[in-house]
Amino acid sequence: MLELDKVNAGYGQAQILRDLSLHVAPGEILCLLGRNGAGKTTTIKAIMGLLPLLSGAVRLDGVSLNELPAHQVPGRGIGYVPQGRRLFAELSVAQNLEIGLMVRGSGTEVLDAVLELFPRLRERFHQRAQTLSGGEQQMLATARALCLEPKVLLLDEPTEGLQPSMIEAIRQVVAVMRDRGVGIILVEQRVDAVLSVADRVSFIENGHNLETLDADALRRDHAIIERHLGV
Amino acid sequence: MDLGPYILLATLEGSVTAAVLALTAIGLSLVFGVMRVVNVAHGEFFMLGAVLAWWVAHMVGAHPALGFAAALVVAPVLVGLVAVAADMTVLKRVDYDPERTIVATIGMLYIIQQITLMTYGPDARPVEPPFNSRLAIPWFEYSENGFQMYWPWGLSTTSYKLAVIAAAAVVLVGVWLLMARTKIGLLMRATQLDREMALAFGIPVERVYAIVFGIGAGLAALAAVLIVPIQQAHYLMGGDPLLLSFIVVIIGGLGSLPGTVIAAVLIGLSDGIISVFFSPTLAKILATLLVALVLVFRPEGLFGVKSR
Ligand SMILES: Nc1ncnc2c1ncn2[C@@H]1O[C@H](COP(=O)(O)OP(=O)(O)OP(=O)(O)O)[C@@H](O)[C@H]1O
Ligand SMILES: [Mg+2]
Repeated sequence: MLELDKVNAGYGQAQILRDLSLHVAPGEILCLLGRNGAGKTTTIKAIMGLLPLLSGAVRLDGVSLNELPAHQVPGRGIGYVPQGRRLFAELSVAQNLEIGLMVRGSGTEVLDAVLELFPRLRERFHQRAQTLSGGEQQMLATARALCLEPKVLLLDEPTEGLQPSMIEAIRQVVAVMRDRGVGIILVEQRVDAVLSVADRVSFIENGHNLETLDADALRRDHAIIERHLGV
Repeated sequence: MDLGPYILLATLEGSVTAAVLALTAIGLSLVFGVMRVVNVAHGEFFMLGAVLAWWVAHMVGAHPALGFAAALVVAPVLVGLVAVAADMTVLKRVDYDPERTIVATIGMLYIIQQITLMTYGPDARPVEPPFNSRLAIPWFEYSENGFQMYWPWGLSTTSYKLAVIAAAAVVLVGVWLLMARTKIGLLMRATQLDREMALAFGIPVERVYAIVFGIGAGLAALAAVLIVPIQQAHYLMGGDPLLLSFIVVIIGGLGSLPGTVIAAVLIGLSDGIISVFFSPTLAKILATLLVALVLVFRPEGLFGVKSR
């Protein structure tokens, strides 16, 4: 179980997150929804230890992650698929995945299992990441995070700029990971892209989280979404 | 008498300069590329390498080859450790902030220089080369008997100078292998490409930085050990290598290792040739002018990629 407990955090002087609390259980998909600049990416970075917390705590199975140096956070089993992919552009597909494997010393059987999910990457194995198509880059970013056998997977707008078939492919992988017991935090802009997979949905505005609702409730009553996102 | 043999001699002298320069500059380039730190103290790590080489060779006594061999190992390692300590105590504390690291490394420059002056003193001292046979430079002439080889009077190089060129080439290949083929090289390149993602994938970025700063300084020291038998160790000898390394790194494209090597060969050779036929000062003037032109017309360097 990953929990954020009254997290306050920001960049330098600018505080962005205010008393933000969340939790996600194994085998559950939590969606974060919010407008541009609401603080979704900042929340994810705070989990990864990339921002110092002003107060509050981030805990994984009771261990506080925010007291660890940033580079030790992923080793606890947190896979990160950042917004905009952020691949190691000049390295090959193989090297990007190798870096994911090194996080927790995973072996080739993990790599094979990941490539099973993304067969296209096997064909592109020795190509430089920056020469991949946008969809392939998103696959690689996701695969890189899966290489560390995460207990919790953080996906920051994984469907940004992808065509529907690619969005569907990513969604299926997310569902597979959920079924394997991985806790998933999925950041999205577009509600329709997430409602079908989410278990719970949390709305973020100005660094606060408003309410967290069961996805079922949202599916029944679309008015709630309109109230929070003003769409 | 024709010009050929003199050009050959100048090329050989230039190659020695190029070899040593390539090693020094690759260290600077590595540090800038991975850490984004402009290391103004780089020349002092070079100087420290030369002074330690003298000190080690002097302590060992014995046969010059033995003393030199010891220096070749001990000096770069010691200088690398000094640099690692400087990274952890100073650069890490200023958070690798670009402006503050410049000021910090200027501080290191003076500290290293003054400590050397206080302990080693103001003298220039030679280290004996491990071997140093004179090799006459051959040339060809055409006479009625066809091509003939002859040895123009007074033109020679030494076996040691040729060994310096070979050693530098070997070390450069080693650096390339380190970056391209090893795990630590992969971590260094990933850190260079995206520091934040490196952290998010478990790479201990601060440790990588310390190692890179150590390797960078160690390469400068190694270059210096190779050159002391030709040049002598002196506490102010770091200025020229620093200036030339900056020139090479800028011309080669900031952070591009192949570009740095090509630029070092270019600058080293032209420095050798211009120095032999005209004057060393003219060589420096032209190199600096070339930097100015590169900065104006191709700021990303001759071999660099456009800014990201
Ligand atoms: N490096 C930074 N330094 C200072 N402020 C930042 C930085 N990164 C983000 N911010 C600010 O933090 C706020 C939240 O940004 P964040 O990236 O978390 O938004 P987001 O919800 O992910 O938005 P989007 O949907 O556009 O990705 C914004 O106001 C932004 O300007
Ligand atoms: Mg965002």
